[in-house]
Amino acid sequence: MSSSTSVRTDDPPAVVLTGITKRFPGVVANSDVHLTVRRGEVHALCGENGAGKSTLMKILYGMQSPDEGTIEVNGEQVRFRTPSDAIKAGIGMVHQHFMLADNLTVQENVVLGAEALHGIGQKARRRIIELSGKTGLNVDPGVLVEQLGVADRQRVEILKVLYRGAKVIILDEPTAVLVPQEVNELFDTVRGMQEQGYTFLFISHKLDEVRAIADSVTVIRRGTTVGSADPKTVSSRQLAEMMVGSELPSPETRESTVTDKVVLDVKGLRLMTPDGSRPILDDVDLVVRSGEVVGVAGVEGNGQTELVETIMGMRKAGGGTITLLNKDLTKLGTLARREAGIGYIPEDRHRHGLLLTQPLWYNRILGYQTRRPTAKGVWLDTDGAKKDTERIVADFDVRTPGIDVPAAALSGGNQQKLVVGRELSGNPVLLIASHPTRGVDVGAQALIWDEIKRARAAGLAVLLISADLDELIGLSDTIKVMLRGRLVADADPNTVTPEDLGSAMTGAGSTSSSVQETGAAHETAVVEEGEN
Amino acid sequence: MGNLRGKLLPPALAIVFSMLLCGVALVISGANPLSAFGAMMSQVGKGTTLVDIINSTGIYYIAALAVAIGFQMNLFNIGVEGQYRVAAVIAAVVGGSIVLPPGIHTLVIIIVAALAGAAWAAIPAILKVTRGVNEVISTIMMNGLAIGLSAYLIRRDVFGELRGNNIRTAEIPESGWMPGISFGGSGTMFGFIFVAVALGIGYWIMMNRTRFGFELRASGESSTAASAGGVNAKKMVLVSMLLSGAIAGLISLPELLGRDHTFSLNFTAGIGFSGIAIALLGRNHPGGIAFGALLWAFLDKSGLALDNVGVPREIVTIMQGSIVLSVVVAYEVVRRVELAAEQRRVGRELGTVGGAA
Repeated sequence: MSSSTSVRTDDPPAVVLTGITKRFPGVVANSDVHLTVRRGEVHALCGENGAGKSTLMKILYGMQSPDEGTIEVNGEQVRFRTPSDAIKAGIGMVHQHFMLADNLTVQENVVLGAEALHGIGQKARRRIIELSGKTGLNVDPGVLVEQLGVADRQRVEILKVLYRGAKVIILDEPTAVLVPQEVNELFDTVRGMQEQGYTFLFISHKLDEVRAIADSVTVIRRGTTVGSADPKTVSSRQLAEMMVGSELPSPETRESTVTDKVVLDVKGLRLMTPDGSRPILDDVDLVVRSGEVVGVAGVEGNGQTELVETIMGMRKAGGGTITLLNKDLTKLGTLARREAGIGYIPEDRHRHGLLLTQPLWYNRILGYQTRRPTAKGVWLDTDGAKKDTERIVADFDVRTPGIDVPAAALSGGNQQKLVVGRELSGNPVLLIASHPTRGVDVGAQALIWDEIKRARAAGLAVLLISADLDELIGLSDTIKVMLRGRLVADADPNTVTPEDLGSAMTGAGSTSSSVQETGAAHETAVVEEGEN
Repeated sequence: MGNLRGKLLPPALAIVFSMLLCGVALVISGANPLSAFGAMMSQVGKGTTLVDIINSTGIYYIAALAVAIGFQMNLFNIGVEGQYRVAAVIAAVVGGSIVLPPGIHTLVIIIVAALAGAAWAAIPAILKVTRGVNEVISTIMMNGLAIGLSAYLIRRDVFGELRGNNIRTAEIPESGWMPGISFGGSGTMFGFIFVAVALGIGYWIMMNRTRFGFELRASGESSTAASAGGVNAKKMVLVSMLLSGAIAGLISLPELLGRDHTFSLNFTAGIGFSGIAIALLGRNHPGGIAFGALLWAFLDKSGLALDNVGVPREIVTIMQGSIVLSVVVAYEVVRRVELAAEQRRVGRELGTVGGAA
């Protein structure tokens, strides 16, 4: 492997963190962390959500200062007060959530805040073009960022840190937003840059990717480094168990519980963009039966969010019908649809699932403000809501000191367990789950999967949207692929691989020679459905 | 415990801060702050000041409730000012032109005032729901229209009559008055104060115990989460705006039914704007608003004494302004500190309880 040859072991390491400890009042975020990153290597930092990766990277990037411990860059001890100190020392960070201004050009985005380096004119432009080659970005610096795809936006982010002179680049969950093909392109870029002497710190919890790209791996668990591993010999499972400290959950469902009782029947659903120029949902037909999990795969922004919100009545459909157990929902509002028996786990629990400053029991009422046990007629039943919240906290293992704390005080996984518990109460007939385990820890993930499986076995129909293809394949009985507002292909979760799904999701299936038979089947499905 | 502290600390800090600020302003202008504050305190016991303060508190309280209902769902009803003006003139005209038995007459006037306030608020509400017009802009414009409309309605060729130097509507007959409680030389407390108290209780029950209140608060906290939870955002905008306007319509009734019995050029303006400040000060909480209204009324009425000690009365306005500004800042600071503390507390308790991921 060429990558390993570019790692220079005789030079002082690019970054050495020794005994880093960071305490927040009442919590130790990092304790005695040791990390050595050699120059020119791709060093992966693995750990669950909440394990302390972000705090550690914030310390390395100068956003927070450690209580104890030292940072050495290229053999010299440094002390960062602000990110600009870190940038001066040649450390750059690409954040998971892009920090780009859509309405500015690539050049403007790159130069913004670094005008002093090469000005804002031709000199800057030349420098950007020179550097774009390294990142594999093949667009003119004058192009608006809003016209770029996700992968190119990420390259612009990398370009930004290169422009500021970074030699050590922190990539925070860089693949979370990419489809498998784009991940491969990113890895090619990383390898290419590695050969030119750049060093990468790759933060991820996707272990297959870590094994594919990293030269060495450090695992962090509950704030401290628990060990390192050689990515060439360790298996994903072993790595994961190091991360969690115990055995891993699996999304696999055992036997099929699908019945022929149709619960949700969507026919010819259409939705236009607000200006009416193009369809977001184009003639979508979808059937979910009792005891069945129907998974929808798709690259973000291909209409999955809108499909869910239209079924929930949060967006007004431009055409088509939605039927739940022979009851026509098409003209009903969101509340009536919920009352008809739809539970809804929204993709963004902060925006759509919770009232963050309100106590847990108050959140229990949301969506159930007309039903027992949280309401009686026009009156709220606060006692009933509190009692039922206690039940959810116990049954769904929501880790909280009580039901009177505001929802914002809980960790992401516990917030999500509360939402799942709420949406499964009141005996729903259909559960719409959008990214139900996004950003939650492994423990919460296992519990949420178990609960969805249990409800499915009891006859619940589930519409599952997920960007986690393993989750989608593991949980679903049927998988539909969504592309540009249409359901373009079906896949059999028993045989399909994430790579097949990835091809179908980007619409590139037919050009890829490695598409297997299931992949070919998708293509015929594309054609057939396209003709309808 | 920490919760209560979080609620009481910011206004206390804000008041102390603004007193210091005013003290500095007084010193700079060459006056003695201690004698000024002393004069304000001792004014409370003099003449009708105490009863005036209570009456004024009631009026401010209603105004702040009207604003608070909008605030609960992030609607900024600046139009309370115009809504109560229009309601006052229409209620006065209707009340002065009908003859009904006592009690019923009063009730009809109250209902007319509420409906008129709601109707005036309905225009910006409908504009917002159907056309997306920002309620701040439209209610400000409605305030301007309200002044014109009220001036038109009391013209002598419309509903007005000339009495001395004053133009006013026909006087409401005694059957439409609301009797107050007389304290002899110390003044008369408006009977409508009790209505204000009842409104406060009703407001609390509505916000905390009814589905409507839940939907209102949920919409205000997160319109996206509310809509995912089945709350109809447009309906909530319409209903809360109408409710806000209806309550705004009652603002002038303590004076109209208890003292003036007519709408004239002496109409007390500006209460709607004070209501905004008081609702902010009281954090939309019925108890907090009562306290804010009392503070406002105290500053207004006891400020009259400042002229006697040679201090410009306008210092009170500075104080009111600085209280509002600093209370907004203080609430935000305390809110952030409390949220961080809560997160730490949860983290700590879980660190000792479970910990296993």
